[in-house]
Amino acid sequence: MSAHGTTTTADQEPYEFPPLERPGEEKGSLTAVIQNLVFTVDHKKLGLMYIGSGLLFFVVAGIMATLIRWQLFFPQHTFLEPDVFNRFFTMHGTAMVFLVGMPILFGFANYLVPIMIGTRDMAFPRLNAFGFWVFLFSGLFLFFSYLGAPGLYDAGSAPDVGWFAYSPLTAKPFSRGHSTDYWTLSILLNGIGSISTAVNILVTIFCLRCKGMTLGKMPLFVWMFIVVAFLVIIAMPPLSAAQIMLTLDRYLDAKFFDTQAGGSAVLWQHFFWIFGHPEVYILIIPGFAIASEIIPVFSRKPIFGYPIMVAATVSIAFISLGVWAHHMFTVGMTSLGNTFFALSTMIIAVPTGIKIFNWIGTMYGGKIRLELPMLFCIAFLFQFLIAGLTGVMLAVVPFDWQLSDSYFVVAHFHYVLIGALLYTFFAGFYYWYPKAFGRMLDVKLGHWHFWLFTIGFHVTFFPQHISGFLGMPRRIFTYEADRGWEIWNQISTIGVIFQVAGVLFFVYNLIYSYFKGKEAGDDPWDAWTLEWATTSPPPEYNFDEIPEVRSRRPLWDKKHPEDPDWKFE
Amino acid sequence: MSSAELTSAPAEWKLPSQRKVGMICLITTESALFSIFVVAYLFYLGKNLNGPYPHEVLHFPWWGSAALFGSSATVMFAEKAMHLRKWGHFFFWWAFTMALGAYFIYFTAAEWVHLIYHEDLTVQTNVFGSTFYALVGLHASHVIIGLVLLGIVFIAGLRGKIHPDHFEHVEMVSWYWHFVDAIWVVVLLVVYIIGVQTWS
Repeated sequence: MSAHGTTTTADQEPYEFPPLERPGEEKGSLTAVIQNLVFTVDHKKLGLMYIGSGLLFFVVAGIMATLIRWQLFFPQHTFLEPDVFNRFFTMHGTAMVFLVGMPILFGFANYLVPIMIGTRDMAFPRLNAFGFWVFLFSGLFLFFSYLGAPGLYDAGSAPDVGWFAYSPLTAKPFSRGHSTDYWTLSILLNGIGSISTAVNILVTIFCLRCKGMTLGKMPLFVWMFIVVAFLVIIAMPPLSAAQIMLTLDRYLDAKFFDTQAGGSAVLWQHFFWIFGHPEVYILIIPGFAIASEIIPVFSRKPIFGYPIMVAATVSIAFISLGVWAHHMFTVGMTSLGNTFFALSTMIIAVPTGIKIFNWIGTMYGGKIRLELPMLFCIAFLFQFLIAGLTGVMLAVVPFDWQLSDSYFVVAHFHYVLIGALLYTFFAGFYYWYPKAFGRMLDVKLGHWHFWLFTIGFHVTFFPQHISGFLGMPRRIFTYEADRGWEIWNQISTIGVIFQVAGVLFFVYNLIYSYFKGKEAGDDPWDAWTLEWATTSPPPEYNFDEIPEVRSRRPLWDKKHPEDPDWKFE
Repeated sequence: MSSAELTSAPAEWKLPSQRKVGMICLITTESALFSIFVVAYLFYLGKNLNGPYPHEVLHFPWWGSAALFGSSATVMFAEKAMHLRKWGHFFFWWAFTMALGAYFIYFTAAEWVHLIYHEDLTVQTNVFGSTFYALVGLHASHVIIGLVLLGIVFIAGLRGKIHPDHFEHVEMVSWYWHFVDAIWVVVLLVVYIIGVQTWS
């Protein structure tokens, strides 16, 4: 059949792109800026958009947390109504996980992975844009519930079922109106966006590395994002499946979680945490990734135990798929179940401990420069250690029976998500901001940010361990004065003032340094990975010439031709 | 090893195809999705509080399964014909695949009509109904997506758009189709064999 496959590309004329001329495209006009953002498929712009919208949701969810803390400042406080309080902790939790943690980590991956592996863009640029816009829409959709959820029924506004939305709270009789539907559909959409971006990251890393960059020569950052993306494609679908079942329950009167018809409320918990626990590692492994880039550069030593770091990350991911029911010890499982999940949870501390030792091993004997990224990373090491220790404590089943759903748990996971994840995000911002914008973040403002935030963080969350021990349950909107919880709640709330002040310094610094920051140059930190080989900010095509690497530290080789790494690897 | 050997850049730098890795990722994530519905189905076996029960209403879907499994073979023949540039054969086998897929959808639809109107089994009836329609429906919707993909290739082919550069695209559609088939093996086993054997 001659119609098929007759034209060859070889004898085609090289295609000349016509100059882009769209209405309103004059540089600098508002339409031009919006068009630029909406039409872009550039991984760097999308990365920054991910991070920017993540920070926006961070501010909104942070304000909710601040109001929650103010409500808990006095016993019997009437600042927030109970139902408003329920909406606030639900929206705070959901937003911080799905609209702050996930997009910011995808932002880092989007911006850095292609440059670090020496390529020009992600494997599927349009899919990348799709992932971002779906995420953004899911976030706006969730917050729109404040307006839209009363619907025709005039019952409920924003979701108020908690971020893990246990059944039967989500059943029609207990959650009238549309608030739970907004939550469900928003999370479902968010999952679609996350999965498409994760697939994109995996394909980019496996198929687009520059010449010479074998898997063993990739920066650890890239390795860890392989693991994160893999966890996303394995762990997100169970959540989506559970959301589909919940939607069927709510709209078609299916019986999945309807205990009166033989359904099971516990099954929801299993499905949620099969997603939920790997999710913790989806959030924290990017933190490890950032620390693994920054600590060596500021210790002036290559990372200690590269292969072990990779192996530890992979085994964390593997074990994390088998620990989910430690969230459910109080549900009443068999002793075999309890024992299995307690042991698997404790075992996961081993590879995690290996990582901490490796970072310390990297710093040991190094010529440490206490620049801001390093400061945040050192704080991360300490705080993550505390978070890990309370984690192992909670893995002990009888201990968990006492403290499950208390403020001790709240303290534990805020040490993970703020003390570890947010601190590495901050470290990453200070480290890569010069690359993205060509200017350094201001050091003085940065120190204010670091110290205020660190003091505030510990003052806020450390006392919550104690109020947890004293029996204060999480998610209560107020408490009696005679419980002995008052002082700990008040200290906790006072800490928030410092955190807010710290964040204000940070946000001001982001804006101030964009205009007035010191010129950064291409390689302000004297670093070793490929992103520092191009200009700051990088051109749209990243590299004039696709680089070729021979070792894990290509820039070291370039700067020290007499003593290159590839001689020793 | 001499340093000369080390300094020479790797002679060949080959990385896997983006489409293949992408499709493998998609199949992995879809498998994770299906596995939860399968687990839900198995978990709720024997937990019905009222009828109808699986063994009363389900009949082994011989014809539908035969059509779907057969379509995995025909799509393979089509692919082979494509690589040999035998376009007549390609269109024949590709259309045959689509017909078999469409027949499978028709078969499932007929089964559902029977279950809904004659056996009074809907998604609301009991946990069997909920899990059955969710799992089989999820699979059927994937077959429909597969049919759309097959259709796109067919139309592109008719318009003479299948260039040797696109062979891999076509191959990916057939990978997806094989995946949908493989899922049906699991569904058959879980719903029509294990599920029917479990009384209640």
